[in-house]
Amino acid sequence: MSELLQVRDLSARVEEAEILKGINLTIGEGEVHVIMGPNGAGKSTLGYTIMGDPRYQKTGGQILFKGEDITGESTDKIAKKGLFLSFQNPLEVPGISLGNFIKSALEQRSGKRIRLWDFKKQLAATMEILQMDPAYAERDLNVGFSGGEKKKAEILQLLMLKPELAILDETDSGLDVDAVRTVSAGIEEYKKSVNGALLIITHNTGILKSLQVDKTHVLVDGRIVADGDASLVAEINRDGFEKYI
Amino acid sequence: MKEKTQVADIDRSMYDFRYEENDAYRVEEGLTPEIVDQISTEKKDPDWMREFRQESLKIYNRMEMPDWGPDISGLNMDNIVTYIRPNTDRMHAKWEEVPDDIKNTFERLGIPQAERQSLAGVGAQYDSELVYHNVKKEVAEQGVVYTDLESALHGEHAEMIRKHFMKLVPPTDHKFAALHGAVWSGGSFVYVPPGVSVEIPLQSYFRLNAPGAGQFEHTLILVDEGAYLHFIEGCSAPKYNVANLHAGCVELYVGKNATLRYSTIENWSKNMYNLNTKRAKVEEGGKVEWISGSFGSHVSYLYPMSVLAGRGARAEFSGVTFAGHGQNLDTGTKVVHNAPNTSSYVNTRSISKDGGISTFRSAVVIGKNAKGSKSAVSCQSLMVDDISRSDTIPAMDIRTKDADVGHEAKIGRISDETVFYLMSRGLSEEDARALIVSGFADNVGKELPLEYAVEMNNLIRLEMKGSIG
Repeated sequence: MSELLQVRDLSARVEEAEILKGINLTIGEGEVHVIMGPNGAGKSTLGYTIMGDPRYQKTGGQILFKGEDITGESTDKIAKKGLFLSFQNPLEVPGISLGNFIKSALEQRSGKRIRLWDFKKQLAATMEILQMDPAYAERDLNVGFSGGEKKKAEILQLLMLKPELAILDETDSGLDVDAVRTVSAGIEEYKKSVNGALLIITHNTGILKSLQVDKTHVLVDGRIVADGDASLVAEINRDGFEKYI
Repeated sequence: MKEKTQVADIDRSMYDFRYEENDAYRVEEGLTPEIVDQISTEKKDPDWMREFRQESLKIYNRMEMPDWGPDISGLNMDNIVTYIRPNTDRMHAKWEEVPDDIKNTFERLGIPQAERQSLAGVGAQYDSELVYHNVKKEVAEQGVVYTDLESALHGEHAEMIRKHFMKLVPPTDHKFAALHGAVWSGGSFVYVPPGVSVEIPLQSYFRLNAPGAGQFEHTLILVDEGAYLHFIEGCSAPKYNVANLHAGCVELYVGKNATLRYSTIENWSKNMYNLNTKRAKVEEGGKVEWISGSFGSHVSYLYPMSVLAGRGARAEFSGVTFAGHGQNLDTGTKVVHNAPNTSSYVNTRSISKDGGISTFRSAVVIGKNAKGSKSAVSCQSLMVDDISRSDTIPAMDIRTKDADVGHEAKIGRISDETVFYLMSRGLSEEDARALIVSGFADNVGKELPLEYAVEMNNLIRLEMKGSIG
């Protein structure tokens, strides 16, 4: 399987605090990777840094996507190359509807206009997979959405934008059992329809049940301290992170 | 109604002129009774208007310049005369003389050549006039009067105008109201008979581009009992005027159980001193809805006022002010509750960028007799960078205990995290910021007819361009 994302010896800081201290990670096409680790280990920072968030200053290392160096690239360019980040706390943006936002994001990516009819049909079908009320397409992006609806809206964007690699940052946090099931169904759909690769940041394994996990990484204090296969998830569920700290 | 004629070739020689000719009108000492009288003669004013102008001039001469707001010392009052007289000549200045930034804006807004020229107040009026006349015919069938104020002064509504003209905004109100009373020219008169609901918004922008109008125009609107009207003044395309003072006046009379929605998007050229006065009087059960966008001008003083004169009268005000480089925009609103159970709702957003200064002033007055009245004022400010400024100056004068009054103010910045969020979906930083600012201005955007909302968003996009350092 060819390499999609390569993170080489990546270090990053926010203000004066060093958060990532030399991360190495390689994700192949269509692979499912899980990053686990205690709070404050730098899991979310890794996602933001890969996505080019200017608030995190890269102090060393390199990020390659499809063989291309994207270390210093701006977030919009990284997104257009096929990377996606599902936010732990999606932001509320008044004045643009969820539907229009997805449409303009698609148009930004392809550089051409999308036929409204085709778009609406596809959007409605995708919302159905996620059991979203179609009215949400007309509502302002994330404004007044419940936690669960916000997460569904993130997965809706994932399914519509069809990136090659999606980073899911705590997508399952704060969701009830039903919502976790729905979001999982959405992620399965993403795997099935575009064979997308996933980097799942979580400390909860509910969302992983229906997915075939290829690799698991344990992130502690800015370093990956253990790599394993799906069985590592079960082990951490049983024993916690104690032996890694 | 939107059909337009193409004017292929305009004989432009008729607009050629020599600047020296204008000197004939120039009077160094400023405005004189003779000049004002000459305006009356040219406009064929009825006697009462002739006297009104002279009286206003006296008031103008004895009043002081306002000293409580943004600096207007750059306004040369001695030039007032040249602003007034040569309108018909200078408004027809050559298209080539319109500043490049304004021409580029037209270009970016995608306004066709013929229309651009009329929007700039510098060319053929044929397109606009035609559209205007079509609209006029349509509403005339409902008994609606929609005409320019000068001709209305002589028609069957002459008495109606005399009864209402500058009664809400008397010339004694302030120096520029007095000036307006003396030299007003152009503008619209609308009368909607009882019970008539005007389905299409009337748009004065077609009228305002008529030659000679636009500096001191007067808008007088009467909406009779139970009637409905949406009136749109101005246009989001910038208006270019050689003169740099705008002192218009708007008077709105909203009858019993009537509703008037009054929308303006002002985008004066950036050398303009915009000292405009707008006022509405609302009778029992009536409602005035102000939708107000202020984008252009160098300095603005603009505070539309609502007088709630009858039981249960209501006022709503939604405003957006965008102050960019070199702009000091002082805007807001005033509501006077003068009857029981009246209510007002004010929701404004101000944006400042690139050193611009945006000040929001609100005044809510609740009289002794306005028992059971309610007022809610909310203003939010967004500063796009660290060098811009935003101030909020709310005032309240409550004379009864039986009233419910609230005020909230918020000042914020564009959140980096939101920019990052939008960019993570593929939007450029510029687009992400423009989207956030447009969304912030949505209190006005969502109230405007679609084509105006689109133009307002285009304007915001233009203003935001190059904002990333």
